[in-house]
Amino acid sequence: MEFKEFTIKWGMVVDLDKCTGCGACMVACQAENNIAPISKYENFDASNKLRTLTWLLVYKMENGKPFPEHEVAYLPRPCMQCEHPACVPVCPVVATDKNEEGGIVSQIYPRCIGCRYCMAACPYHSRYFNWWDPQFPEGMDKTLTPFTSARPRGVVEKCTFCHHRWNAAKERARKEGVDPMNLPQDWYQPACVSACPAGAITFGDFNNAEHTVGELSKSQYSRRLLAKLHLNPQVYYMSKRPWVLAMLDNYRAGDAHGAEGGQHG
Amino acid sequence: MAKPIDYELFPEGVSRGGLGKFLLWLGFISLFLLWGVYGAFRILGWGIGETNLDNYFGFGLWITFDLAVIALGAGAFFTGFLKYILDIQPLKDIINLSVVVGFLCYSGAMLVLTLDIGQPLRAWFGYWHPNVHSMLTEVIFCITCYLIVLIIEFVPLVLEQKQLNKVPLLRSLAHNMHVAMPLFAGVGAFLSTFHQGSLGGMYGVLFGRPYAFREGFFIWPWTFFLFVLSAVAAGPCFTVLVCKTIELLSGRQMTTYKVKTLMGKIGGTMLCVYLFFKFADTYAWITDILPRAGLRFEDVFHGPVYGQWLLWLELGVCGVLPAILLMVPALRRTPFLFYTACILNGLGVCVNRYVFTVQTIAFPAMPFDKWYTYVPNWAEIATSLMILAYGAVVVSLAYRYLPVFPQEAGLNKQDP
Repeated sequence: MEFKEFTIKWGMVVDLDKCTGCGACMVACQAENNIAPISKYENFDASNKLRTLTWLLVYKMENGKPFPEHEVAYLPRPCMQCEHPACVPVCPVVATDKNEEGGIVSQIYPRCIGCRYCMAACPYHSRYFNWWDPQFPEGMDKTLTPFTSARPRGVVEKCTFCHHRWNAAKERARKEGVDPMNLPQDWYQPACVSACPAGAITFGDFNNAEHTVGELSKSQYSRRLLAKLHLNPQVYYMSKRPWVLAMLDNYRAGDAHGAEGGQHG
Repeated sequence: MAKPIDYELFPEGVSRGGLGKFLLWLGFISLFLLWGVYGAFRILGWGIGETNLDNYFGFGLWITFDLAVIALGAGAFFTGFLKYILDIQPLKDIINLSVVVGFLCYSGAMLVLTLDIGQPLRAWFGYWHPNVHSMLTEVIFCITCYLIVLIIEFVPLVLEQKQLNKVPLLRSLAHNMHVAMPLFAGVGAFLSTFHQGSLGGMYGVLFGRPYAFREGFFIWPWTFFLFVLSAVAAGPCFTVLVCKTIELLSGRQMTTYKVKTLMGKIGGTMLCVYLFFKFADTYAWITDILPRAGLRFEDVFHGPVYGQWLLWLELGVCGVLPAILLMVPALRRTPFLFYTACILNGLGVCVNRYVFTVQTIAFPAMPFDKWYTYVPNWAEIATSLMILAYGAVVVSLAYRYLPVFPQEAGLNKQDP
């Protein structure tokens, strides 16, 4: 299945050396996208993390060495919006597609039949299933935003790079006479990017020379997660620590890794 | 001995046990059926959260069960193909049972799928918004169409029931459907080959999942062909096992041992063909696919739950061993070894479907992620048992009232 090339290609570069693992990005994502904490059928108990909905999840990485050489790093994982997504060709009902300018992998909730084949296809575990009807504890319903629809039970959902914020940015551009295809970088920023106190996440258009993500992704310290599987994510990770870069893919003894520079495709 | 009250409904020339005993048996099976119906009610009412599936294990017991029963039900299309297209006449003595088993396996799998998808009311979207690139679309199309073919193949058997067959219209209908059966057998073979294959293709195309991903021919990964071959290897043996189970429970002989061993020999031959390609595929997977993903063979196995023993069980104990037992005439002629081989053959295909379903997604592709285990809960087990119970009910009714086994009257001379 061939995928389109787009004039605009939104993406992220996450500096893992800056990320403190505070989780503000996760919380911002939950609030922005009306993600239900967990169902009343589980007594609003969200301790089973394999059941919770976390479009953006922060993973902890460790170098495995004892103190004082012990080091940790945190890896925020949104949907990778892959250039060559594994989830899109498998969906039997075209409920997910990569067919729109910007290269964001869509998820059409009213179309999804909930077969979860896309979840099986995604090695990043970026896709989440609504095991129950969405329920919000009393009072929390007051915080829901009008920008994102709540999803019913039985459908798959995932990060959309806060697509509604892009729509808002384009609307603003039209009002202010700016070309919506050439937005200033800071006009469209997903909630996680806005919330990051460390400025670890840079977001922009890889194809726009005025945006910094293109340059950052070509850095010798940038890598794509599981590059060997050729899903070609539109999310890059940066680190100057070799062990962190080495944890971004699987390597056999003798495989080269760590120092060969960026892999922008 | 007094004849059972429903004696007039029995097939011509055979005897059956008392109706009370039969109803007791059905009542026993119905306990499992009711437990499953309760589980299904909760799942449809509250959501799939009732199960133990989660965001790492979106596929679990249900999908494994589906794939396994569909593979085991392959006896229907393959026996039909051999009987009606290749004209292997001795198979006429077991073809009816293979059709019944096939029908049960496919209809049962579809019932489970109805529970498994999060939005069952949208199941028809597979037809309305099909993604022609998805192997699952092919599965949806072929399974539903093939179920219709199986119904068409099953109907004449029902119409041949002793009392129904007295109605001239129904008798003519049954007769004429039999005349057209080679056509349906051909259509069934085509449809079933494609969906058995596309079930394998479903996993082979997962290029983000090194455990399952395979190269292939044109649009079909090698798993497409391997799933077809393993299904036609296991299907005939499973039909034999169902036949033997009926014989054990009823104390009567349904077909000759010769017919059974013919089915076993067919299954064994296909198992040998399958194993040849499966070993080649496994070698290519270890030496090419995994290294390209930066992985070693041992990386994709973990602990006792996802250990290499599963692979050796599948290929050795449930692969090479039953192939030998089924292909060497002297061994095949020993009932104990023959039935053991049939069981191992069926178990092998179940293990294969299990690892492709569960181990594929259990393997943590991201190096900083970890292995999780999945254990089905009561809701998944109850609904799966419900399908087995449904199968047992239909087979019991078919055995009692339909002329499933042409040889039965001749083999049980004490009958009236």
